[in-house]
Amino acid sequence: MILRLAFASLMARALTVGMTILAIALSVALFLAVEKVRTGAKASFADTISGTDLIVGARSGSVQLLLYSVFRIGNATNNISWQSYRDIAGRDEIDWIVPISLGDSHRQFRVMGTTSGFFEHYRYRGGRMLEIGQGHGLDDLYDAVIGAEVAATLGYDVGDPIIVSHGVASFTHHDDQPFRVAGIVERTGTPVDRTVIVSLEAIEAIHVDWQTGARTPGAPTPVDDIRQMDLTPDAITAALIGMNSRLQIFGLQRWINTYPEEPLLAILPGVALQELWQIVGIAERALIGVSVMVVVTALLGMMAMIFSSLDERRREMAIWRAMGARPVTILGLLVLEAALMAALGAALGMVILYGGLVVAQPWIDAAYGLWLPISVPSARELVVLALVIGAAALASLLPALRAYRLSLADGMMVRT
Amino acid sequence: MAAPALALRDVTFHWPGRDTFGLRVPDFQLAAGESVLLLGESGSGKSTLLSLICGIVTPDAGEIQIAETRLSGLRAGARDRLRAERIGVIFQQFNLLPYASVSDNILLPLRFAPERRGRSEQGDAARLCSALGLPDDVLQAKAGRLSVGQQQRVAVARALIGQPSLIVADEPTSALDAATQDGFMGLLFDQLAATGSSLLMVSHDERLGARFDRVVRLEDILLRESRAA
Repeated sequence: MILRLAFASLMARALTVGMTILAIALSVALFLAVEKVRTGAKASFADTISGTDLIVGARSGSVQLLLYSVFRIGNATNNISWQSYRDIAGRDEIDWIVPISLGDSHRQFRVMGTTSGFFEHYRYRGGRMLEIGQGHGLDDLYDAVIGAEVAATLGYDVGDPIIVSHGVASFTHHDDQPFRVAGIVERTGTPVDRTVIVSLEAIEAIHVDWQTGARTPGAPTPVDDIRQMDLTPDAITAALIGMNSRLQIFGLQRWINTYPEEPLLAILPGVALQELWQIVGIAERALIGVSVMVVVTALLGMMAMIFSSLDERRREMAIWRAMGARPVTILGLLVLEAALMAALGAALGMVILYGGLVVAQPWIDAAYGLWLPISVPSARELVVLALVIGAAALASLLPALRAYRLSLADGMMVRT
Repeated sequence: MAAPALALRDVTFHWPGRDTFGLRVPDFQLAAGESVLLLGESGSGKSTLLSLICGIVTPDAGEIQIAETRLSGLRAGARDRLRAERIGVIFQQFNLLPYASVSDNILLPLRFAPERRGRSEQGDAARLCSALGLPDDVLQAKAGRLSVGQQQRVAVARALIGQPSLIVADEPTSALDAATQDGFMGLLFDQLAATGSSLLMVSHDERLGARFDRVVRLEDILLRESRAA
């Protein structure tokens, strides 16, 4: 009955109560959305690479190597010589090794030179393989396999020509050697979607007439001549390695890191990701902090609302008192009302969040390559909701204590 | 002889922090089943007297007794409970929680009074409402939608439910027009006769006196004290 009365009392003040609930709902939705994006981004990053035990590159930072080799963010400072690559590839512990050559681009997308081994061994989201939805893999020297987003953004179909540009965001094009779209990889939600994949030899081929970053003067070498040349590269950017036994990972890592011929760096993708989280963690905490403050602001608003309602509710309190309600009951009533408001706000916040997710999920995926799963609320989310309701009850204690004192002083008679 | 429904002996009271005003009630009794009209102008200390009787405030000295229970020995919580169990209160106006249904309003005191709840039966609220001339469908209506006259009658139903031994009414007719007043008083006394509760009504309206067993002027039982500041 008390609960019903508390509810009726809230309903009677539908406008102010509604605004308060809406404020709480929006703050809760914001907070949970930040959580969703945060965990979604983390999962998305962590899902990008799996099955790769080591990544090898020129010596730099482990996070940097991870970012440019897997996420195509930033650039390599140096290359690995082909000789070093051969040495590593010759080790017995290695099950497979896939070279990667980066540095060129097509429009806003990176071009990656690799071998067909990439399609065999690259795994994402817990072991899934890349699937070429249309067309086929790298058969001819001038074949390019493009990611789903490249195809969607640029409107490419199998058979369309592609001109690769030299470097990233550059105005010099390898227009003497056009590529052809051979296949389109199904959407993966990883940077592969935004990558143009060509063969390692093709990267070498388009740079035949180039030396130290500039085109050599004179007529370009005819394509037919190039096809006859030995296109083994001098250097690659990085290599992905799969081991026969995970037990040998650290041994090989040490061997590569102390490789005497050239300064190299081998990293475990998971460990490098952890390092990345530590860096991102500061921004993450700031984001959480801000959204917590928004929730706090909404609760303060509710507190102010309860405070300002107290005066007009003194008559009501007097009725409760006359009926035999103890001042503590009145305190409890106000706390109950606040908890009800917060619970409604939290529930509405969930509705807003999931409604928003349903609407925005495809758009976020397309625009940021971030897949936010719509799932049953996690335990963590439920804890957050419970905390909000608890905090609301706590915040309402202040006005409730004032009501307690007022009702003690007023008794049944409101002196006005 | 049965214990009086209400007794005050040598009661003195000062509002805390207001030394200059106080009151004293040397002796006042209300027998079980008796109805008494207390005549007094506003500002004559009647609100304070009602607060004392209802146990909202405690006297500085003296004894207040509701039926066989002495208030002075009780803690605040027990006094609140006693008020819920033994006293039905009717205000001048704004008696009801406007957002709650009439039914909830009538049953509200029972929420704080288990014994009184035990005495009341299912359907008591409906029975009281029809006895007080309220329409049948009134129980589910929001109290705030009712006319003032109807609200006052709902307040009577609430005061009477579970048959408390004492009804305290603070000018319950002053918000009603003359024609409604008489009907209201008639219904109130009919129901009092049915439940056997005592009635202590405070009013400034002498014309109401005819129905009461006794009419007492407030200044005859209540001495106002003004201490030198």
